Amino acid sequence: METVVKRLGMWACVLMASIAAIALTPDSGFAIHMGIVGLVAVLLIVVTATSFDPLARAQSIFRMPPGPSRYDDDVIRWGVIATMFWGIAGLLVGVIIAAQLAFPQLNLEPWLNFGRLRPLHTSAVIFAFGGNALIATSFYIVQRTCRTTLALPGTARFVFSGYQLFIVLAATGYLLGISQGKEYAEPEWYVDLWLTIVWLAYAAVFVGTVLNRREPHIYVANWFFLAFIITIAMLHVVNNLALPVSLLGAKSYSAFAGVQDALTQWWYGHNAVGFFLTAGFLAMMYYFVPKQAGRPVYSYRLSIIHFWSLIFLYIWAGPHHLHYTALPDWAQTLGMVFSVMLWMPSWGGMINGLMTLNGAWDKVRTDPIIRMMVLALAFYGMSTFEGPMLSIKAVNSLSHYTDWTIGHVHSGALGWNGMITFACVYYLTPRLWNRERLYSLRMINWHFWLATLGIVFYAASMWVAGITQGLMWREYGADGYLVNSFVDTVAALHPMYVLRGVGGLMYLTGAIIMAFNIAMTIAGRLRVEAPMGETAHDEAADRPLPVPAYAAAQPAE
Amino acid sequence: MSNTATKPGAFEGHKKLERNVTLLAALTLGVVAIGGIVEIAPLFWIDNTIEKVEGMRPYTPLEQAGRDIYIREGCYVCHSQMIRPFRDEVERYGHYSLAAESMYDHPFQWGSKRTGPDLARVGGKYSDAWHVQHLKAPRDVVPESIMPSYSFLAETELKVPDASANLTALRHVGVPYTDADLAKADADLKAQADPNADAGDLATRYPKAQIRDFDGDAARVTEMDALVAYLQMLGTLVDVNSAAAQEELSKEGGR
Repeated sequence: METVVKRLGMWACVLMASIAAIALTPDSGFAIHMGIVGLVAVLLIVVTATSFDPLARAQSIFRMPPGPSRYDDDVIRWGVIATMFWGIAGLLVGVIIAAQLAFPQLNLEPWLNFGRLRPLHTSAVIFAFGGNALIATSFYIVQRTCRTTLALPGTARFVFSGYQLFIVLAATGYLLGISQGKEYAEPEWYVDLWLTIVWLAYAAVFVGTVLNRREPHIYVANWFFLAFIITIAMLHVVNNLALPVSLLGAKSYSAFAGVQDALTQWWYGHNAVGFFLTAGFLAMMYYFVPKQAGRPVYSYRLSIIHFWSLIFLYIWAGPHHLHYTALPDWAQTLGMVFSVMLWMPSWGGMINGLMTLNGAWDKVRTDPIIRMMVLALAFYGMSTFEGPMLSIKAVNSLSHYTDWTIGHVHSGALGWNGMITFACVYYLTPRLWNRERLYSLRMINWHFWLATLGIVFYAASMWVAGITQGLMWREYGADGYLVNSFVDTVAALHPMYVLRGVGGLMYLTGAIIMAFNIAMTIAGRLRVEAPMGETAHDEAADRPLPVPAYAAAQPAE
Repeated sequence: MSNTATKPGAFEGHKKLERNVTLLAALTLGVVAIGGIVEIAPLFWIDNTIEKVEGMRPYTPLEQAGRDIYIREGCYVCHSQMIRPFRDEVERYGHYSLAAESMYDHPFQWGSKRTGPDLARVGGKYSDAWHVQHLKAPRDVVPESIMPSYSFLAETELKVPDASANLTALRHVGVPYTDADLAKADADLKAQADPNADAGDLATRYPKAQIRDFDGDAARVTEMDALVAYLQMLGTLVDVNSAAAQEELSKEGGR
């Protein structure tokens, strides 16, 4: 009873604070955000004070197995559902903004203009889709590889729901025009502070579970998760150092200016790629690829070498986003050199993943989940070759500011992050819901080919667009004048923007098929379908051919 | 046969790390911190990171309000403010950008993508009326443009709850606003866009400040006024083509 009263008091305080903030702030966006916080507090008051238990109700909607399971998997099931939801949402916004670039009439001012929707897309796919996948898989993997249940189970649930609140505040903020104007770090100061709290809780759950382990060694996937959690905390805190104008308003100003702000931002931005989208996803790869293939990781030594060299080298690569700018030349060159070196540890990870399939390569033909993993690793290898190439100053002088960069990130994001996440969700769902198998393996095959073709459309059109744009900008006529006005280059890209939209739509369609497949699996349905990859054996055809008549007529030599 | 299998070597030592999460975490943090410390930290004390140039001054309250709108609308996702030192860029956009030109930019807005043209020196290239028309309906003035329209800016009264609080925050992070700038911030904000108001010493505290009605609606100060005021001052503060500046640049031996 006492704890109930304490909790009620706490939520009531949060509610009062948010009401006070709404009343006092002159900033309408901030007031709406505090309204969202207040609503959450009201919900928590209702949940605490009454027997109303939305969690149990939702658990029955999502058919979650009742009672305790062997491991603490409830929060992981929520994470899988959230990953699917945000994945579809983020991809949908991506298709919408791709269409806006081809058909500008689709911009609906002010809330749905490209400038506000684009951060919504990037944050939704990176932090909402990717972040939920990382939190869910890390909780899954750390329990299994440490042979223990989650330390601090209550905190783990807070991490999940707190992270969703962060996403909702960030996403609504962009549409309302609340942004601090730094790419991939757009949320304002109070949302950043909230994420810091959630992230520290996440670190506590993860490290606590590793400390409780029943295995002497910490498995390689957990090194990568640990590096991801620590580094993202460091990057997030430093890059978001800012001074709010008032504690009752959303606006803040970055602690850094100009050159220093630029390098801090790209140190953050590039390592959000390096540690969020690479280290964290490599951790997923290091658990799920060996599991699905039924083979041990190819090389333990390679994993040591590539782990330490990857995390050491990645941090230096930020300045390649600032080639030929007002950033000092020495920093640009340093960034370029480390970016090129980064190619090797990146391929170390790819090789370790692909070679794990040694002795199980036949599964690429029969198992669509393995096929997705192989494709993900192939795209990882390709984009980690393309990245170092684009970071060479001479190449970058052409590619920078163009759609080539957009194509590059999407071959990594759609090919590597998307595909490995899809494969992991396909792996996890039947296991987490105690289903015999997925609803349909053939639908995974459809998903695989739609996604692959979608990426080909996307990447190819953006390569063409980027190189076209870069060459047109610098084209000189025989008279010694620039040939193209800027808007000529915009007009030239229209067909490529349409094709890119088509590619994105195919990728989204694949994801929707997946969502259906996952929903049916959760519902406990099994699709009746012909098994995959079984080549029928025709007994009648398996015999020596009769000797043809003309050959029989000739004497043997 | 394989001698690597018999040699315990460095990998044995790694087993210690694999058994101790504190050690593993500490070493990881150390390894990931090095790059940032070596690359970023020196920028704060190496003098020639930002070479001093004549003419830089903090933004006026109206320009800063316009800049805040620029950030709010996410203009930076399609427009850069960083001209690279290439012949084609310099001919298209003007003199390449100097580090000092963004020294009061919290945050920087160099951008990473040119879906639209660079804006580092857009100030003075077009008339106010062109900007207003272009922001309201981009395809009316540039048929091939794919820019969204921003007509709501012209209908939205500029609301800055406390201009001097904004400037105070900026002063705390290093922008050299004077006490007079802070005290007069709210008056400056309105006076710069209102031809009937008395701007006082605005032009002396903020040299090259453009004082006029920007959006064609003299009756009120709108968000359009602020954004156009910001766009019209971009790249106009430093006279990069002055003889002294050119002489200085010719002596520059690389950074």
